[in-house]
Amino acid sequence: MANVSVKNIRKTYPNGTEAVMPCNFDIADGELVVLVGPSGCGKSTLLRMVAGLEDITDGELQIGDRVVNDLDPAERDIAMVFQNYALYPHMSVYKNMAYGLKNRGTSKNDIDQKVREASAMLNLDDYLDRRPSQLSGGQRQRVAMGRAIVRDPALFLFDEPLSNLDAKLRNQMRIEIRNLQRRLGVTAMYVTHDQVEAMTMADRIFVLNAGRIEQVGTPSEIYRTPASTFVASFMGAPPMNLLPATYNGNGSVHLNGETSLAVGAPKDHKGDIQLGIRPEEVKLATGKSATPFKLELIEELGASRLLHGKLAGHDFTVNAPNNDAPLADDLMLDIPSDALHMFDHETGKRL
Amino acid sequence: MTDITSTTPRAKKRFRWSAIFDHSILILGSLFMLLPVFLALTTSSHDNVEIQREGLKFWFGNDIDENFGNAMFEKGGFTKTVTGMTMLMNSFILGIGFAVGKIILSMMAAYAIVYFRFRFATFAFWIIFTTILLPLEVRILPSYEVIQSIGLTNSYTGLIVPLLASATGTFFFRQFFLSVPEELVEAARIDGAGPVKFFVDILVPLSQTMIAAIFIIMFVYGWNQYLWPTLITTDEGLFTLVRGIRQIIQAYAEGSEIPEYGQAMALALIAMLPPVAIVIFFQSWFVKGLVESDK
Repeated sequence: MANVSVKNIRKTYPNGTEAVMPCNFDIADGELVVLVGPSGCGKSTLLRMVAGLEDITDGELQIGDRVVNDLDPAERDIAMVFQNYALYPHMSVYKNMAYGLKNRGTSKNDIDQKVREASAMLNLDDYLDRRPSQLSGGQRQRVAMGRAIVRDPALFLFDEPLSNLDAKLRNQMRIEIRNLQRRLGVTAMYVTHDQVEAMTMADRIFVLNAGRIEQVGTPSEIYRTPASTFVASFMGAPPMNLLPATYNGNGSVHLNGETSLAVGAPKDHKGDIQLGIRPEEVKLATGKSATPFKLELIEELGASRLLHGKLAGHDFTVNAPNNDAPLADDLMLDIPSDALHMFDHETGKRL
Repeated sequence: MTDITSTTPRAKKRFRWSAIFDHSILILGSLFMLLPVFLALTTSSHDNVEIQREGLKFWFGNDIDENFGNAMFEKGGFTKTVTGMTMLMNSFILGIGFAVGKIILSMMAAYAIVYFRFRFATFAFWIIFTTILLPLEVRILPSYEVIQSIGLTNSYTGLIVPLLASATGTFFFRQFFLSVPEELVEAARIDGAGPVKFFVDILVPLSQTMIAAIFIIMFVYGWNQYLWPTLITTDEGLFTLVRGIRQIIQAYAEGSEIPEYGQAMALALIAMLPPVAIVIFFQSWFVKGLVESDK
């Protein structure tokens, strides 16, 4: 168990591609950090650098109190779970889990004890003699977890471990992994492109975009106060509505001149902005102060429904509770002033 | 509904002329391949005088045990010291040594090419690959010269080693290794398996079917070697079966005696058996190794 400290770490490929821009962060002991971002944003590269599978171009990586930049993956005291499990297909479940320990020269009795402990924890007792090809996807994932657990590492690394599972199993394994990590108290880095996974599992989320860390924060921080339009649109389903608007520094923002919305806390900024509004923070309303919304399409989600349409001429989505009431094409929306997120028009940074 | 269910079986049973055509080609082909073997078998059951007088025989005679017995156990050859068993033994040594050596060598070459990043790796691979254009027959004089000058003529080493470099094997293993998922290598690295351990513990067991397939091809190829053993061995104690068949006929044809055709035929049949047995035995592995990628 250990904390991880990253100082100015950077990855540049020989062909000049900057995969990971210089970044700094610390991960506390026992914390589960999720790296999330679209594909190609450098999240896997960053994880693999921590694992030692990719060279670190520049910077310093500490696991525990050791600088591990130049250590082999096996000596970094880490364990990694891969997206396609990467189990050894010719070895039984037992041998798969024992292999790492065997290579470290652990005694047979200790290996046996550890493997049995892990298999009991993961409900794999009945499968120890099977080959990976005789297991289901979820079981294989558990074996991969078991292989990580038996090594008793200082740091768990997960590289999109649930992407190959079906939706139902994914939800179940998500909880299992979270519970296990809490119980063992091992620090963990978890890479995913699925923002639901990120929100549900993380102690802290790192949102990455184009090799840069866009924002670091707890799930609710990321959701409540996204640092940029990228984070705002990436985290949350359906994504945040982003509308071009103007702000004149006083109490309201204007959408194409005629529609204006009241702002809660005034910002020190004038001119063009991007206005962000979460679909679920908007309510259907009647009354004069409400904003007109032209409904075009309804998506039924069961508990709620997504209303797609136009607000002041721009695409807009509302997540409304499903009360089976028929809806007219012209609706009125109640947009609370604290639901407005304002972003710089040029840089996309939060104002 | 009923229409559909009743017509489907009829459609299946429908007589197809193309099936007859396909099968007749197959049957003709098989006959074409098998008839000479049958002739060898029938001829080997007659005594030499009869064969000399009447040529190939089309039905069985009475001397089958005698001919096979003599072929295998009678001391023959110029020095009268070599039996069929010795030659069979030599053939096995050549076939197995050849196959095992080729597999080890080409697997290790492929391992180096695929898993280690060194300069000119691709270039090295293509250099190896172009040696397909230089089979033994092309380089036979220089090869002989080298073996002769280091004094390896008339030895198993000289018989086997010059034939070991195998572009085909290297190529097959390279393609196979390239298809092994990258994550497996990385998982092994995290598990603390170094290059040698990864090769022995993971790559070799994964390549089992591939190894079996290549073993078959190479064993048969090695078993049937004729030109190189003829050149490199003059000591009859090192003769292989394939070599020995010719020796029986030649040794006697040059003298005044009647060639021992019956024994030659028997020996030819015996020489045919091990490759056939190995192909039958390893057949399912062979197909797996070349078709399936079991990862």
